Amino acid sequence: MKLLVCIKQIPDMESQFKPDESGSWFEESGLVYRMNEYDDYAVEQAVLLKEQLGGEPDLTVLSIGPDRVVEIIKKALAIGCDRGVHIHDPAVAHKDPWQIASLIANFAKEQHYDLIFTGMQSQDRGSAQVGVMAAEQLGYASATTLVGFTYHEGLITGLCELEGGLKGIVKLRTPALVTCQSGLNTPRYPALPNILKAKKKEIRTIPASDLSRAAALTATTRIFKPEKKGSGIILEGDTSTLADRVINLIRENTTLLR
Amino acid sequence: MKTLLIGESREGRLLNATYELFGASEKLKSEPILFLAGTEAGLPSYAGTLYLADAKKYGEYNPDLHKNMILQVVEKENPDYVVFLHSSYGRDLAPRIAASLRIGQVSEVVDIVDGTFELTCCNARMHRSVRVSTPRAVVTIQPGAFSPIRPGGTPLIQAMQTDALSSIEFAGYEPAGPEQIDLGKAGIIISAGRGIGTKENTALIWNLARILGGEVGASRPVVDAGWIEHSRQIGSTGQTVSPELYIACGISGAIQHLAGIKNSGYIVAINKDRDAPIGEIADALVVADVTQFLPALTERVTKP
Ligand SMILES: Cc1cc2nc3c(=O)[nH]c(=O)nc-3n(C[C@H](O)[C@H](O)[C@H](O)COP(=O)(O)OP(=O)(O)OC[C@H]3O[C@@H](n4cnc5c(N)ncnc54)[C@H](O)[C@@H]3O)c2cc1C
Repeated sequence: MKLLVCIKQIPDMESQFKPDESGSWFEESGLVYRMNEYDDYAVEQAVLLKEQLGGEPDLTVLSIGPDRVVEIIKKALAIGCDRGVHIHDPAVAHKDPWQIASLIANFAKEQHYDLIFTGMQSQDRGSAQVGVMAAEQLGYASATTLVGFTYHEGLITGLCELEGGLKGIVKLRTPALVTCQSGLNTPRYPALPNILKAKKKEIRTIPASDLSRAAALTATTRIFKPEKKGSGIILEGDTSTLADRVINLIRENTTLLR
Repeated sequence: MKTLLIGESREGRLLNATYELFGASEKLKSEPILFLAGTEAGLPSYAGTLYLADAKKYGEYNPDLHKNMILQVVEKENPDYVVFLHSSYGRDLAPRIAASLRIGQVSEVVDIVDGTFELTCCNARMHRSVRVSTPRAVVTIQPGAFSPIRPGGTPLIQAMQTDALSSIEFAGYEPAGPEQIDLGKAGIIISAGRGIGTKENTALIWNLARILGGEVGASRPVVDAGWIEHSRQIGSTGQTVSPELYIACGISGAIQHLAGIKNSGYIVAINKDRDAPIGEIADALVVADVTQFLPALTERVTKP
């Protein structure tokens, strides 16, 4: 059995973002990068499945981006993936979801994966398109936003998260692609011996232009800090004065603490 | 211009958010037509053509069958835009339609200005303007971003049919767990976000809640980490609340969390980051470390 998990590196969401020179993406220098949160769950689920099947499946982790994305590939290898694929693309931030899905699908086509895992969306762009579009290009069945996953002899039973705590139960057969939502499992931290072992695992680098030259279907024309619309007040200062002020505000604006 | 709006129903009832699609259609200066997988018992108040897929036969969720039927409508009506809600249903189905038609998709649109779409990114810290390069487009709109429009009237129903095969079986809804806690009627809610830091620190939240006579709520990462039970999660995939006082402790203010608290009376947010998006909705943003501020506040409430 062959498994693939697709991961993305994203900046810390608490960073101070500002537009870069192109005006259509944010300035990347100085940002701290890590694995997209939803992909932590995808990697964990892929490794759990490999373990469930006694280690038999061959599990590849794939990431698209500049040199720095090798860091998260290494992390996934330390967690339990067998081999890494780095689709090298310094301009990935300017590609649209269709182009990114095309890179994944074109790579995966020749490999005949039985099951592909992705995060449900990225934390930076949040389009929630890439996984499903890759599945559509491959002609794979797909299910999205899973908070539950079981696998038995080619049959996947997934719990898709809907709104307000409701979940839908879906069944699909491999070959398939599933997108993972937070809470699906409890992602583990890589253990030190595994980090060392992972250094010996193969990471293959493929230039993006070797895989796909699909044209973009959408283009970002501008990125900007939104205007502040909030009308609330901002309180700063030492904690005890702040506590007094908050109590006064609660008294003035609610029927409480009277 | 013409928009094909994809309405939604859940357990036989039309979702009210369907009317927000008409709001988006107006922003696109387009004539709307509607597709809905639903039943005749839950029809929208709208006088145009409704392509109705019988949910009893085709399910309320079945991506392959719904995709096939939406593509039939696209073929017949040739709309300029196919517009979904950015909901679990829309997020799942929209990219399938965009991929089948090989047209551009813009996700979670919050505004439309002269045919350019405005989207949020990086947890609403930045916005993007996006243009679609193909003549037609698939759009998903952020719930709550467009004012609903109820066109009124009775739709002209065109019953949809398909004999397409489905690669996915929808086996029904999972009933909610037995341990449900209803926060909907709570007058005071103190909520913990990831900024609380550790499970142990949630004691600060429980303490303040006890002293104020309120309930404890949580953001999603806090329940995912097991710091607070799942049934206390607030937001689009948790509970919707409307307390008189909501205190958000170390919560950044992601749209999915805000969706659950926007009907609160007075919102106090405690965040060490002055620029946290929660500031957009909070009546008062306290710029402080929650682990220092909460003990001070609790003390003042106990010993005024
Ligand atoms: C389909 C979908 C559905 C979702 N449904 C929900 C939902 O129902 N409910 C929900 O909550 N989320 C939901 N989410 C997740 C949501 O997008 C956010 O990831 C989540 O709300 C973030 O939680 P948070 O604010 O606690 O954490 P973060 O975004 O990590 O924010 C932590 C905040 O704490 C602050 N902070 C850190 N340390 C301190 C300190 N010592 N003192 C003070 N402040 C501090 C930081 O400045 C930051 O603003 C959903 C996401 C998706 C994609």
